[in-house]
Amino acid sequence: MSATDVLQVEHLTMRFGGLVAIQDLSFRARHGDITALIGPNGAGKTTVFNCITGFYKPTEGRIALHHGDPAMWDELGALTDSSLRKRVRADGGLFLLERMPDYLVTKDARVARTFQNIRLFKGMTVLENLLVSQHNPLMRASGLTVLGILGFGVYRHAENRATEKAIQWLEKINLIDRADDPAGDLPYGDQRRLEIARAMCTDPVLLCLDEPAAGLNPRESGELSELLLSIRQETKTSILLIEHDMSVVMEISDHVVVLDYGVKISEGTSAEIRDDPNVIAAYLGVEQDEVESVITEPVS
Amino acid sequence: MEVFIQQIINGITLGSIYGLIAIGYTMVFGIIGMVNFAHGDVFMVSTFVALVTALILATWLGISSIFLSLFVILLVGMVVTSLVSWTIERLAYRPLRGSFRLAPLISAIGMSIFLMNFVQVAQGPRNKSIPPFFQNVIVIMEREGYQVTLSYRQIIIWAVTATLLTAFWYIVTKTSLGRAQRACEQDQKMASLLGVDVDRTISMTFVIGAALAAVAGTMYLMYYGVVSFSDGFVPGIKAFTAAVLGGIGSIPGAVIGGLLIGMIETLWSAYFSLDYKDVAAFCILAIVLIFLPQGLLGRPEVEKV
Repeated sequence: MSATDVLQVEHLTMRFGGLVAIQDLSFRARHGDITALIGPNGAGKTTVFNCITGFYKPTEGRIALHHGDPAMWDELGALTDSSLRKRVRADGGLFLLERMPDYLVTKDARVARTFQNIRLFKGMTVLENLLVSQHNPLMRASGLTVLGILGFGVYRHAENRATEKAIQWLEKINLIDRADDPAGDLPYGDQRRLEIARAMCTDPVLLCLDEPAAGLNPRESGELSELLLSIRQETKTSILLIEHDMSVVMEISDHVVVLDYGVKISEGTSAEIRDDPNVIAAYLGVEQDEVESVITEPVS
Repeated sequence: MEVFIQQIINGITLGSIYGLIAIGYTMVFGIIGMVNFAHGDVFMVSTFVALVTALILATWLGISSIFLSLFVILLVGMVVTSLVSWTIERLAYRPLRGSFRLAPLISAIGMSIFLMNFVQVAQGPRNKSIPPFFQNVIVIMEREGYQVTLSYRQIIIWAVTATLLTAFWYIVTKTSLGRAQRACEQDQKMASLLGVDVDRTISMTFVIGAALAAVAGTMYLMYYGVVSFSDGFVPGIKAFTAAVLGGIGSIPGAVIGGLLIGMIETLWSAYFSLDYKDVAAFCILAIVLIFLPQGLLGRPEVEKV
């Protein structure tokens, strides 16, 4: 059990009726790393995400997330045996995500996610999109709106802080000029980055991105890689990433987990993965011993 | 001309009441896509809450200041009606969320019948009245013996409606609760993944809608001085018409629709036949639905293929 892990997925199994989408999957994401989850279409990557973010209840297995004091990992066994969902202290917290409904996964365990398709609030302005994700601190500060309407200073302060934070993110993704435009009017690549900024405004410990580079042109995916690297560097947020665009995966990932048919077939750094015959076989759709004959030149 | 101005004044007054009720329909429809047929009866309950509060204030507590008692009546009405609506949502609608689309609609019709019958049994089937207050009128213009008047009651209704609408507009556009409501309207799942408690936001929508209906109820009682258990139905349906006319889901649309329906009704009564005023209002609904299905301010549904 490594003290630097932020997420531990253990023996995760997800069945839909007779279909086994994920079979006994275990992997770890280390704190501050970019961990990529790759695999051919239908490998179960998004299902893993849905289990982590509380969208699905896993059939079996444990998904533990941690922030703060690394010593809290030692309490994992005790927490699992209890019927509780989480253990929170002043200096950290330990969460069993498979026991939590989705909004609590965001609110308490601080996991944020994006989807394959863009799910911005298209009718709201760019700035409002970033403010919605700061709903909880604002609701607390406004005393469930009552104090806010009466114009109490506490709420104004909180509102100003939230706006400042949103503006910081808008500057980072170069959308500050369009803060008051409806989010639906932005070009596709900007919407993608806005979605990531919105997720980051929830102040997450773990950011789960489902194919953030899908549909982006090379320049836009370059900007995306930069954004993700700067998030890692500046906020120390751990990132879990599903991606098909191998240029993005290879460039930014610290650790790669490869799935095929719901089973983990390989794991390692991007260099290790690139040369793993298992992975190549899965992507080419051939048996492992045929790989040598199929590949005539090395994969770049 | 004088008749026209007088009817416009009356129409705005009636329209304010419809508009306040219509907001409840339109907000609930916007957020969970359901027509809350019990909303008209929630409005009717609020008129009774106002009636009972007014009588308690006048007879038991002997409060003579009319503004103070109006304020207390409004406050009590809003709180009690909000509680009623919150309870209805909690008991009759929330358990059915995620069920097939017609289930909450049927449940709403059930709640409507329940509320109507409950008030009928608890308060008796006869019309209840309160002693009229604010009898004074201001004469704006007078020609050939016809006076155009603006009564104090109408001024109060306009003022209270305007104040409440401003507060409501502020909540929806500027506060975190309002942003959460609009976010839930567009994508509930995503909102919940950003940490918004969707169930609580929906409850708050019912509460706010009911509070506005309670204001409408108090105004209605003050304006007409008479209420009965069946008074939820027609104003409720007219407010729903207003919401559809304005574009269901659109809040400014609900207010504009309310004012229009109010004016159509009063102008029709003045120039044509009083008996057919409801027919006129509902004909408008049918015509709008045929030629402008999304309403005045509603977003047209564009189907992408």
